Amino acid sequence: MINRSQAPAIKDAVDFEILLKPYELFTLDNGIPVYVVRSEEQETVQLELVFPAGSWYETENLVASATNFLMKNGTSKHSALQVNEMAEYYGAYLNRNCYHENATYTLHCLTKHTAELLPILQEVITDPAFPEEELAIYSQNMKQKLAVNLQKCEFVANRHIDKYLFGEFHPYGRVSSMEAYDSLQTESLKAFYQRHYNYANCKIFIAGNLPANIIPLLNQYFGSTQWNGDTITLRPEIPVLPAEEKKFRIFNDESGVQGAVRVARPFPNRYHPDFPKMLVLNTIFGGYFGSRLMSNIREEKGYTYGIHSQLYNFRQVSGINISTEAGRDVCEATLAEVYKEMERLQKEEIPEEELSLVRNFMIGSILGDLDGAFQVIQRWKNLILNDLDENYFYNNIRTIKTITAAELQQLAQQYYNKEDFYELIVI
Amino acid sequence: MIVHEDSTTPMAVVNVMYDVGARDEDPAQTGFAHLFEHLMFGGSVNIPEYDEPLQMAGGENNAYTTNDLTNYYIELPAENLETAFWLESDRMLSLAFSEKSLEVQRKVVTEEFKEHYINKPYGDVWHKMRELAYSRHPYRWMTIGRELAHIEQAKLDDVKSFFFRHYRPINAILVVAGKVTTAQVKTLAEKWFGDIPSGERYVRNLPVEPPQQESHLLEIKGKVPLDALYKTYHIYPRIDQRYYTADLLSDILSGGGSSRLHQALVKEKKLFSNIDCYHFGSLDAGLLAIDGKLVKGVKMKDAEKAIQEELVKVQQQIIPERELQKVKNRVESMLAFEDMGLLSRANNLAFYELLGDASLMNTEFDNYEKVTAKEIQEEAQIIFSEKNSNTIHYYAGN
Repeated sequence: MINRSQAPAIKDAVDFEILLKPYELFTLDNGIPVYVVRSEEQETVQLELVFPAGSWYETENLVASATNFLMKNGTSKHSALQVNEMAEYYGAYLNRNCYHENATYTLHCLTKHTAELLPILQEVITDPAFPEEELAIYSQNMKQKLAVNLQKCEFVANRHIDKYLFGEFHPYGRVSSMEAYDSLQTESLKAFYQRHYNYANCKIFIAGNLPANIIPLLNQYFGSTQWNGDTITLRPEIPVLPAEEKKFRIFNDESGVQGAVRVARPFPNRYHPDFPKMLVLNTIFGGYFGSRLMSNIREEKGYTYGIHSQLYNFRQVSGINISTEAGRDVCEATLAEVYKEMERLQKEEIPEEELSLVRNFMIGSILGDLDGAFQVIQRWKNLILNDLDENYFYNNIRTIKTITAAELQQLAQQYYNKEDFYELIVI
Repeated sequence: MIVHEDSTTPMAVVNVMYDVGARDEDPAQTGFAHLFEHLMFGGSVNIPEYDEPLQMAGGENNAYTTNDLTNYYIELPAENLETAFWLESDRMLSLAFSEKSLEVQRKVVTEEFKEHYINKPYGDVWHKMRELAYSRHPYRWMTIGRELAHIEQAKLDDVKSFFFRHYRPINAILVVAGKVTTAQVKTLAEKWFGDIPSGERYVRNLPVEPPQQESHLLEIKGKVPLDALYKTYHIYPRIDQRYYTADLLSDILSGGGSSRLHQALVKEKKLFSNIDCYHFGSLDAGLLAIDGKLVKGVKMKDAEKAIQEELVKVQQQIIPERELQKVKNRVESMLAFEDMGLLSRANNLAFYELLGDASLMNTEFDNYEKVTAKEIQEEAQIIFSEKNSNTIHYYAGN
């Protein structure tokens, strides 16, 4: 009979050597850098073009995201339907995303179709037409979506908490509105497009099983200088303006059976030495299934289906945000428990066993995340777009492996003070 | 047991799929399979905490329950594979059955129910649609359960009998994937699972849903901002060849920006702000669904008529060859991207084994390749017949 109460021996995850597979760097004729991570295992490709065209750079609300969305909806040669049909015929996914800092276009396709798909991607990136009708449909449908979302307490809570932290005019705190959708004009979109989506601003990240001639192909479609000029976008400074009041209660739906609870504060950005340390403390506090918050508020009290603490990855300034949807009558109790858990981290050192568990969990999780070329290029992209290199990555790993309980307690004492947090309940 | 060796990854996946889902529940005790999934994390007979030792080994885990099956999976560094065997085998041997764990998880699932189905606009629609579409088959309730009361009243004795009826080795499929060898997995499986009594096979004997004879319509007024239209049609079991025809049909209608419903109803006629056609991939005969939100000011009957016109087109005119090729290419590409993740490969192997044979995973695309334009037209005529339809008009009210 085996002894089942005895756990099998494990290799401590902290003993794992984690290596970030290096990228290859190519430069197109016009200077666009192409970062490449190859893998032969599958017949798939991921190609991403990144531009400094996020909401940070817009001067009218929602222009960045509308521009990003509508580039795909019609070029001077093809209608939105035709563009979609050409990509979808090859089973490709042509996705776009607009974030605070950057905006992207991503092509996922089978290796064998890459060459056929590049001309469509080129058209979308270099020759979008922004038809009036497409903008009208977009605005109308986004307003409808907004109307539905505004009935959800968690959506409303997310909008408000970021507004408190960063200010309603700051790109991190600014939110969409019916009026802003109504004010969108194709002229502003075209102007924004021309300013930001040019070759001088473009970076390309590509991963997977690539055709042998991928670099000549990219040169053929994206390597020219006939593409919106060469003005490099400079990043303006925009000051944050946090709210003065710290406690908020909002009734969004009088008959709601749950409330969205948010507890948040600003935190220094990733360039600050406390940031990697906070990644560890945050994990212990509310960053994994066995976290203090989950153990207490879900697994002990059953107030919620889930509670999480996250550290924003914003460039200018970060934030700590604890969020949950809890039963309506236990929202205040949930808040009290969140503060109690902060206080416990300030008063008591984290037991060695818990700390060691979290180290292993975090390392194991990074190991799993680096599985495959698509994931590896994602890591590199995050480093490169933030002007960082592999030293930053390895330094974070070192912090996970070596940070002490005393350092974490000190960090909690510095950053987990109740009076520094904004709190919000939306029912 | 299935082993999938992949030496390119440093990780291993241990996936245990149990052949039990919400369809196997007593109509008076719905939501049980899912509640039970939560209890599987409340400690087992020899191991008080499930998550901690796994996290210590650098692993992560999760689980999900559907109407058909329950799946548990662990991903961890391959060197620590044995930890996963230890944890999974002990909870297959027996749970701790703690009163406290049941009490807490009842509350957690209650909050999950509220978060997803009560406190959300349109959150109740699929409860109502299932009841409208099914008269006998247990697909008439959702995985989360038909009502909160069923979860609130769950007793520890029910939990025990459910466990020993369904969570036996004979009803389970074990898949181990990643940087492992078959010999190593065999040894570990013998060591940890070998002495668990295999149990009695659960014989599924579900009520058969009779063919629907007339259309069903339900009108709801709810606290939502927009009118919405939901339609469902009965389709085929997962292992029926016609399932693949129905799947491609749903892609023709709504699979991307060039699909028919989106182009006609969102872009050209501007009647809907979004419209989707999809199905649930159920093992027994499932539903093909069409749902969309109406643009403010559009009348329900005009919106419905426009959908009908598109359905009549696929019934009356054969789809062009290029359009058929497009949806097949889409499937080929989707399958390739699904295969990229180790976890998803392990999960799929278990799923196809549950269907009858893990090797079906390799021939899945052939089933789509075989479908002809004529079959799609014929199936459209059968599936979209009026008497096979269930409709919900969801009106915005105060």
